[in-house]
Parts: sequence; structure tokens; C-alpha cells
Amino acid sequence: MHLIACPWCGPRDEVEYAYGGEGHIARPARPEALSDGAYADYLFMRRNPKGVHAERWVHAAGCRRWFNVLRDTVSHRILAVYKMGEPRPEAGP
Amino acid sequence: MTDQRFRNAAGGRIDRSRPLTFQFNGRRYDGFGGDTLASALLANGVRLVGRSFKYHRPRGIVAAGSEESNALVQLGTGARTEPNVRATQAEMHDELSAASVNCWPSVEVDVGAINSALAAFLPAGFYYKTFMWPPRAWRFYEWFIRRAAGLGRAPTEPDPDRYEKTYAHCDVAVVGAGPAGLAAALAAGRVGARVILADESSEFGGSLLGEAATIAAAPALDWVAGAMAELAALPEVRLLPRTTVFGYYDHNHLGLIERVTDHLGPRTDTTLPRQRLWKVLARQVVLATGAIERPLVFDDNDRPGVMLASAARTYANRWAVRAGDRAIVVTNNDSAYPAALDLSEAGVNVQAVIDARETPPDAWREPLRVRGIDLAAGRTVAAALGRKRVEGAEVYELAADGSRLIGAARCYDCDLIAVSGGWSPTLHLFSQSGGRPRFDAGIAAFVPGESRQAERSVGAARGTFSLAGCLAEGFAGGAAAALACGFGDGVAPPVPATGDTPAGPLRPLWRVPTAGHGGKAFVDAQNDVTADDVELAAREGYRSVEHLKRYTTTGMGTDQGKTSNVNALAILADLTNATIAEVGTTTFRPPYTPVTYGALAGRSVGDRFDPVRMTGLHQWHEAAGALFEDVGQWKRPWYYPRRGETLHQAVARECGAVRASLGIVDASTLGKIDIQGPDALKLLNLVYTNAWDNLEVGRCRYGLMLKEDGMVFDDGVTARLGPNHYHMTTTTGGAARVMGWLEEWVQCEWLDMRVHFTSTTTHWTVVAIAGPNARRLLAELCPDIDLESAAFPFMAWRDGTVAGIPARVFRVSFSGEQSYEINVPSSCGVALWQVLMTAGAKYDITPYGTETMHVLRAEKGFVIVGQETDGTTTPQDLGMDWIVSKKKTDFIGKRGLTRADCGRADRKQLVGLLPENSKDTLQEGAQIVAEIRPKPPMPMEGHVTSSYWSAALGRPFALALLMGGRARHGQTVAVSSYGTTSWAKVVPPIFWDKEGERLRG
Amino acid sequence: MVEPYLRQSPLDHLSLDARAVGDPGGAGVVAGERRFIAKVSLRGDPADPAFAAGAKTALGFAPPVAPNTVDGKRDRYALWLGPDEWLVVGAPDTQDKTVAALRAALAGCHAAVTDVSEGRTIIRLTGAHARDVIAKGCPIDLHPRAFGPGRCAQSRYARALVILHQLDEAPTFDLHVDRSFADYLWRVIEDASLEYGFAVVAEPVMAALKRRRTPQGQD
Ligand SMILES: [Zn+2]
Repeated sequence: MHLIACPWCGPRDEVEYAYGGEGHIARPARPEALSDGAYADYLFMRRNPKGVHAERWVHAAGCRRWFNVLRDTVSHRILAVYKMGEPRPEAGP
Repeated sequence: MTDQRFRNAAGGRIDRSRPLTFQFNGRRYDGFGGDTLASALLANGVRLVGRSFKYHRPRGIVAAGSEESNALVQLGTGARTEPNVRATQAEMHDELSAASVNCWPSVEVDVGAINSALAAFLPAGFYYKTFMWPPRAWRFYEWFIRRAAGLGRAPTEPDPDRYEKTYAHCDVAVVGAGPAGLAAALAAGRVGARVILADESSEFGGSLLGEAATIAAAPALDWVAGAMAELAALPEVRLLPRTTVFGYYDHNHLGLIERVTDHLGPRTDTTLPRQRLWKVLARQVVLATGAIERPLVFDDNDRPGVMLASAARTYANRWAVRAGDRAIVVTNNDSAYPAALDLSEAGVNVQAVIDARETPPDAWREPLRVRGIDLAAGRTVAAALGRKRVEGAEVYELAADGSRLIGAARCYDCDLIAVSGGWSPTLHLFSQSGGRPRFDAGIAAFVPGESRQAERSVGAARGTFSLAGCLAEGFAGGAAAALACGFGDGVAPPVPATGDTPAGPLRPLWRVPTAGHGGKAFVDAQNDVTADDVELAAREGYRSVEHLKRYTTTGMGTDQGKTSNVNALAILADLTNATIAEVGTTTFRPPYTPVTYGALAGRSVGDRFDPVRMTGLHQWHEAAGALFEDVGQWKRPWYYPRRGETLHQAVARECGAVRASLGIVDASTLGKIDIQGPDALKLLNLVYTNAWDNLEVGRCRYGLMLKEDGMVFDDGVTARLGPNHYHMTTTTGGAARVMGWLEEWVQCEWLDMRVHFTSTTTHWTVVAIAGPNARRLLAELCPDIDLESAAFPFMAWRDGTVAGIPARVFRVSFSGEQSYEINVPSSCGVALWQVLMTAGAKYDITPYGTETMHVLRAEKGFVIVGQETDGTTTPQDLGMDWIVSKKKTDFIGKRGLTRADCGRADRKQLVGLLPENSKDTLQEGAQIVAEIRPKPPMPMEGHVTSSYWSAALGRPFALALLMGGRARHGQTVAVSSYGTTSWAKVVPPIFWDKEGERLRG
Repeated sequence: MVEPYLRQSPLDHLSLDARAVGDPGGAGVVAGERRFIAKVSLRGDPADPAFAAGAKTALGFAPPVAPNTVDGKRDRYALWLGPDEWLVVGAPDTQDKTVAALRAALAGCHAAVTDVSEGRTIIRLTGAHARDVIAKGCPIDLHPRAFGPGRCAQSRYARALVILHQLDEAPTFDLHVDRSFADYLWRVIEDASLEYGFAVVAEPVMAALKRRRTPQGQD
């Protein structure tokens, strides 16, 4: 049970959100220029770290906005919440 | 009926004006309002209440609260029966009925007790060692194990009770309403914080209910009553008695289970729920969960009549029950002294206090002398005597290092051995919150370490056992928690005076040396784990406490090792020459005490389990006798049988009507997305495989969406409403998925794209009319649209009115016939449908359902995403290369399609199948196999995706995905399903109107 | 528009009018359906001066920029649904007028105006236990310190998506719900109200109850 602060709506219960996987994975500008291996990396390979993880969530049952979250996958503490297009902040304590 | 021979005539917190009768193991007994099952049994002299889990040893009541490890009962009967209820938590009500668990045929004569004689063959890890080999035998072993194990029986009938669930929010949640918890709630509540105070007992007061303490020179319960009155008057304080905080989850979420009406017994009026599950979000949590007394580990310490000293004291004070006639009190710390005095006061003949310490504090000598209780220092009990109940105790002098007994035993004649091995703070919730306990050698117990969430522990939960200390920490903790939420100044209210006797240090005593006549010394009574089992595990090399736990199963019962945990790991530490701190403690997990499934399900049962989505025409379909099909959460008409018709007959009639004259279908569930913005066209070109640049306003086009890996994701028709305005349709099941997908791309990837999406799925009711007479009918009702094909061709749309209702009409076809999809505001759907039915009567207009829809489209070879596709299907696999633009530089999935794997010639490709036997409708999902062998495995080459009987063709047909299928037209393949084999010819996947003249005409 | 008697609201099949009472008496939860309320989705960038000015011209007030708030007038108001999204709510059957006014005023801006009136209905809830019954299915904190009149929130009730809008301190709430989930939501709420007592009221009584308590606020 997480309490996640939507950048617009503030803290809301986890049931209002949907998880979108790892964040900051940009679609290649020229997909056709990539090798099959490089393209597979974009499609399938994820970091899955133990610790601070940059990921994206959508306030699916709320304002329907996507945003970024820095979350510690061990403690489940949320270290930062920031809007799409904003750079990843330094991982806080 | 029995007398309550062990009940005192006065005292206690029972209601003697409310006598109750109850049944235990078929016998009737008397009790009083305010009793628990345990207190009432003890009052009636019932000592043997159950059999143990593995050895089926006779067991009695050891505790007075939720830590009870032995007295588990099957409560109630029939549909309401509940297994594994702690008798100490079962509140008495009239006609309560309970039975022992784990025994057959009766608690007195238990066949399973043979296990006790076989104990030498059932050591720790027995199941792991014995039942692992041979692997196939597991099923056989399991049958026996499951019958022999298991505590109690689950009900087999539907639960007749009502369970509610609710969310709740507060500033400060206080867990436990003993002195510390009440003080915390007062401190936080007085300054205006929103407080929830929960306690698992029926009454607030915690340990004070079972002690004879004083606060401010008055009985402590007077102070409790005052605190309760004050809290009840505070508008922002919510008091939850009979409520167990069973889980501490992430981000300060707590799970609470409130037993709302359990104490009233079975009721026919279910206006109020039986139980209520609270999902609480607390900004701050104060854990005032108290401490649990530890038993002593000595030979046959599980005999009925061995009881925690605090429990015996609580039975005397709270319920006016003497837990025995003749008692000894055995301890290693001060807390058993007031227990001995209270027992004596209640009329129990307390012969002696046996204290393991060489020099107990002098303060206790005089009070004991006054009551005629001996004090035996430097001694302890080494064995209990008796079988189904305690008949005596052997007491020895203990060596200074505790390693051996000295001299001869002194035998006490007693029926109650009240024991205290010290106290362990109740750390379960702290541990669940992510905190790591820390060992405090001073009290020989684990205490809360650093907080990982917004919580603090106060009072005995933190290892502070004096009443003054509990009050002080409670007040301070409540004030600090309130301040953290912005209430008050954090200054704790003054602490009233208490009558504490200062306590001396305890003497750790984990394993009493054996008296040497073969008794069993239990560490975990519920799971029948003995000190010998722990030793065996240590000898076999188990060093980690987590491994010890799993190997011996200590602490894995329904009581989660509340009384056994510290003793087990202290013994392990001793055996492995480690400190207890080094060994550490295991992690506690929710729930603190078992939670019924009913409460977890709440009201999400029956027709509230999942929403049933209904179109605006649902009631018409129902009245017309439609049978419904679940499509996601939607109910869609499946077919409309006339009297006596089978599915086959009804579908044949409906299909025939559409092909011959006119059918009508509710297509409202199709997903609809309104797309507006200057970049709408750019968006369509990226999400669809085909090109959209030349689509004119007034026209529509079919499109296919892929995922980035090139696999088909969704499809539908999109119409251009204006220069920058489109109306997209999706599959019924894909509506929310596609909407979310578009938003995700635009919000996360293409941030500059100027386009907005609005779901309009249910704004419109969509009625499709299809068949050679579709245009004729529409023309009668639609004066303002020129319906001639030249003016309104296939794949176009027009605004107008139909039967006077403003409508948007799309000329599209999923049936292969001339067809119009009429979109009207949803509130007008029924009006439209009824007009069409009336006006269409002359064409024998026929409502049809999803089954007919599927047959008609399959005859045309139109695919359904999710039926012909499964997430590994490309457009080329479907033979739809024509819809994949070669000119566009990019669209989602384009790069994925160029992977070598997508070009393999032996990929599964869409084909048609015509069964050789014209009565033989293939099974959907049946495998197409390369060769028929006597039994599986057979090499699989594909599978049937859709299969129907066609009225138009007069024969069955199917669609299938077949390896290299497009090159195999004309071949015959074997289709295997459930042991039967059919033969079918591979054909192109289109069976009806191959030139498309009917739908364009 | 079609003759009113031919139109059906999403909850008409429950025959709520036949169950409606004039005086809800001691019922802790009082509910009714607000039928055919106009609802228009408005999308646009409030930081774009042309959009802001156009929206204000068309509506007579500026759509609120504070998240999860409601602003406007008695007969037409806008709920904030997202940083570029509002739901403009108005009297029954005024949606065409609102759409036309907004489209005219916003011509030339990047904006989207879409009639969504028919896709949702509104269940109005009031009574001493209105908050308790909402708390059974919805994780939003509705305590007066955390929520209040003029506030709205999108969330879930049990397994349905809802928009909550608090109208007054009674408290009175409007629950906007997709029409296909309306039957489910109504049944779940009525079931959850059992322990508090439940009464159905028709729209005029709803309005009267509300006027008695608060002269202002959105309707
Ligand atoms: Zn949000």
C-alpha cells in the first residue's frame, strides 16, 4: 500500500495509480538505424535495481497525468516525484 | 449445567446480572456477560481444552490474550463455524458453542496421541526429510499430512454474515489502549489531532484490567474510566474497541479488523456487519502494543495448568476466576510477585514463589510473609507432573551458571504452575513497519530499534514496564506525534502519581536443565517445537535464525511465536556460542492475529464482485430474452433464442436474416475516442500502420495498431470529422487500453504534440443495421442524409437525424453486408432501437448478438484482435501486409516488423479451414498437428482461432493460425482436440462475397 | 433533441422515482440521480492567454487552475480534472449551447471541446452519513479539514471510477460516474448505506434539501 504524491493532486492512495515501468527510456529517434540487438535493448532490457529506481506512474483513476517517481525498491520510500520532461533529480536520502 | 466452582462471588469486571450458558465439546456450562470462552471454561474448572498440533498432547489455557498458543477452538457451527479461534479472545455470548480442535474422536481420547509415542520418529525437519522421496509419492503423503495436520475445519457453506470494509484517515493512530496508549490518545486528542485509538480487547485499559494498580491514589481503572470519558467527548477521536491492528504496511497504512457484532453471537439481523476491515492511513503512529510474558522452558511445561503468571493474575482480577486451587509461582523477575499476591487475595492457595534469582528484592518478602507464601530463591521448576492436568511440580536448586540442577527435587502438590520468564515487548507491528528490533540485555528482550516509518513505540512495547514509565512515555509520545502533525506544542501532560514498586534485574533463564525423566520441554507449544528440536537443528548446522524457524517451524503457527520467539533464539544463541543480539530475531509478517476471509472480501461478493457494465439498451435485450456474453466487464447480447431454439438454431436464423434481409445489433461497447488538435493527423500516422494523409473530412478508414515489437495491438475505424478533428473507434476490450496508450505516448514521448483525447465511448449508443434492406429502412427514417452510394459511399459518415434523433451515421460493415452504424446520444438509444424495430418489421428485422456477429465477420475473413491474434501476431501473419505502409518513415512497430524473426517463412499465418466432415465443427483452440501419434506429444503447427457453423455456406468453417499457412492452401491437415482428430482442408481465409460487392452496393 | 419522455437516463431502469420519498426522515444517506445534466469536456492550456481569455468569454468565468477545485456559477461551473482539462457542468440540455460558445470563443487556439453529457450520470448523496458511505469505497479523505465545498477529486469507488464534487457543508456530494457503471455504483452505495438508513429522493426534493441548507454554491 503506497501513498504516492501526484504532482498535481497531491498524496493519493496507490489504488488510483498504474505503474508504467522504468522511466527515462526514450524512444530512439531513428529506430530503423538500430541493430536488432540495440532495438531489443530499448524494447525489453530494464535495470531492475535493488535500491533507487526511476520509474513512471500514471494517475489513472485521477487526473490521468503521467509523471516520474524515484522509489527505493527495498524500503519502498519515495524519494522524489517530478513531471514528465523534467530531469531526474539527485537521489535523496 | 455446572456450577462455576472456580468463580469468586465478588470482584472482576463480569456482569453477574447477565448469566449466560454455552457449550464446549457438547457439554453445557454457565458463564457471565464479560467473560471470554477461556475465562468461563476456567471458572467451570475445565482445564483440558485441546490437543497439540503434532503430538496431540493434552493442552490447556496458558494466556489471557491474543498470545494464547494452545487454546484454539472451533467456534460456532454450520455456515458460521470458524476454526482456530483463541478461546482467550472469544467473547462469551449466550448459546456460544465451541469445540476443541486437533482431536478425534474427543479431546479426552485422541487417536492422534499415538504421535506422542512416536515422537522419537518425528523430530525437527521430519517432513522435509521423510516426504521428499520419491517425488511422486508426495501426493500420497500429502493426503495423510493434510488430514493429520490443520487446526480446525473451514466452513463448507456460504458465509451468511455481512462484512464491511472502509478507508479511514487520521493524524495519529494509537495501537493499544493500555496505560501508555490511553495517555498517548489523550495527549494527541486534547490538542485537536484526529486520533484513532484501537484495542483488540472488548474493554480499554490493557494490563490495568488484570492488575490491581493505583493511579493518583485511586484504583487505576478509575483513571481509565476518566480517560475514556474524556476521549469519548473529543469530536476528532475515534475509539475502536474489539479492533486488532493486524498489519503495518508501507507509507503508514494500517490494517484493522473490528469485531463489530461477534460478541452478540449469530444474528438474523445483518444491518450491522459481523466485522469491519479498516484501511487506515495515519500520518503518525503510536505503538502502545504492550509486552508479552515469556513462558519458562522446562520438562512437560505444556501440561494443562502451566500458565503465564500475568494470565493467572488477569483471570483473578478481571474475571474473578481462580485458575487453580493450589499454586506455585515460578519466576526470574519481579512481575510475578504482585501476581502471586493477587492470586492469594483471590483465594488461590499460593504455596511458594520460586525465584531463579539468588537474591530477590527485599521489598517482596514482607508482603509474601503476610500472606503465608514461601519464597524459594535460586531455584526453579524443572518438571511438571501429571498428564491431562498439572498434579505437581519438581523444584530444584539451580547452579549459579544455570547449567545444571543441584541436589534433590522438592515436589510441590499443585494444580497451577504460574510462570514468568520475563517480558518481551510486542514488536510485531514495529517489525512489519520495516523496523529492526535491537536486543536490550537489561531486560533480556528485543526492543524497537530505529523507526523506518512515522511511528514511535511507547510503554511496555518499548521495554518500559513500570506504570509511571508507561504513562510518561504515552503522554510524551502522543504529544510528539500530534506536534509532528501540526497540533499542540509537543509538551506532554503531567503524569499522575502511581504506586509502582521498583523492579530489580531479572535472571535470564532460557532452558531449565532437564529433570531427566524423559519429559518434553516445549519452546513453541502451538507448533510442538521442543528445546531438543532446536538443539537438533543447531547440531545439524542451522545457524541462521530464519533457517531455524523454517526447519523447526518454530514461530510459524497461527500465533506467530508470540510467546516462543525469544526463547527459541536464545536457546539457539546458547548452542552456537553466539549472543542473542548476534542471532537476531525473525521478521514478523501480517496479520498479527488471523483475519477472516469474509472481512478481506468485504462486500465485493456476489453481484458486487465485479462491475457489470451495461449499455443503454440492456433492459431491451433482457426483455427480448437475450442470453448475455461477458466481454470484459460488459454484458453483451450473445444471441436471442426464440422459444425452444438452441444456440445453433438461433445463430443460424440470425445469420440468415442478415444475409437475406436485415439484422440489428447493439454495437455501443466499441471504444470511441474524440481526437482534436493540429497534430491529430501526425498522431494517427504514428499509431496506425497505414497512411492517413489523404483521408477527407466525411470519410473513415480502417486502421491497425501495433506495439513497438510489431505485434498487433488493436484495430478499428477512424473517421475524420474536421480538419483537425477525428473520431477513433477501438475494440470493445481495447477501449481503455488504447486511450491509455495514446495518452502515454503523447504525455511521455511526444511532449510537443498538440492533440487532445477525450473518451466518448458511452456518450454514444451505437445501433448497427446490416443486410440487403439496411438502406431501405434507413431511408424511411432519415430524411436529411442522401443515402445513395454515390453521395454516401462505403467508409463514409454523415450527420443527420434518424427518427428525429440527432445522429451520426457511419457506413461501415463488420458483417460483409450493406450496413450503417447509427450513433445517437445514449439517452436516445432505446427510442432509436424501438423505432427501427417497428419500422423494420416489414423486413423481418432481426436482433442479433455477438455470436452471429462473429460468424458473419469470420465468413468475410475479418479478424478479431485477441481472437486471431495473441500478442505474437504481425499484420503479415494475418495476411494484412496491404495495411502496412511502405512509404511512412516511422510508425509504432515499424522497426519491430523488420526483425529477422518477423520474416520467417514458417511463422504462423492466418488461413481458413474447411473440415472434411461437413458435420464437424472444429474446437476453438484445437491444435493443428504435423502427424497423428497414438498419444501426445505431437509436433504442433498451429491452432484454430475461430470456428463456426455457417448457415450461408451450409457447412462448418474455421480460421486458424498455421505455420507457413499461406503456402499450404489446398493441403489437408490434422486437427487434434481432446483425443479426437478431424481433418480439414487449408483454404484462403475468406468465405463470403470475396469481391466485397454486397457491402459496397 | 428527442421528446424528453423518450429519453432514458442510466438509472431509469431502477425506477427510482417510484421509490422516492418527499421527506427522507432519519435516513443517514439520501441519494438520487441528477438526470440529463449537461457536461462538456474542455481541454486547453490555461497558460495560453488566448485560451484563457476565450474560455472566460464563453463561460463567464475562468476555469479554475488550482487542482481539484470547482469554480463558476450556480447554473454552470467547471471542475478541474487535470492541468489542461475541465468538466463544464450545466443545467440539463444546455450542452449544445456551451459547446458552441466555447468552440466559437476558442477558434484558432489549440483546444478541444467535446460534449460528454450522455456518457456519465450524477448520483447525488447527502445525509449525516454521506461521508461514511463514501469512505467505504473511496480512499479520498473527506474530513472537513481535508476536503470541502468547492472541492472535487477523481478517484475510485469500489471498482468504478468516479468524480467527487462536494457542494456544501451538509455535506452534499455529486458523484459523476460513467453510465455503464451507474447501475453498479448505485447498488454498491445502496448496499453500503444499509447500516445508516437509506432514502431515495427525486430531483426537486434534492434541490429543496440543498437550498434549505445553503443558499449559495453550485447546483
Ligand atoms: Zn493527479
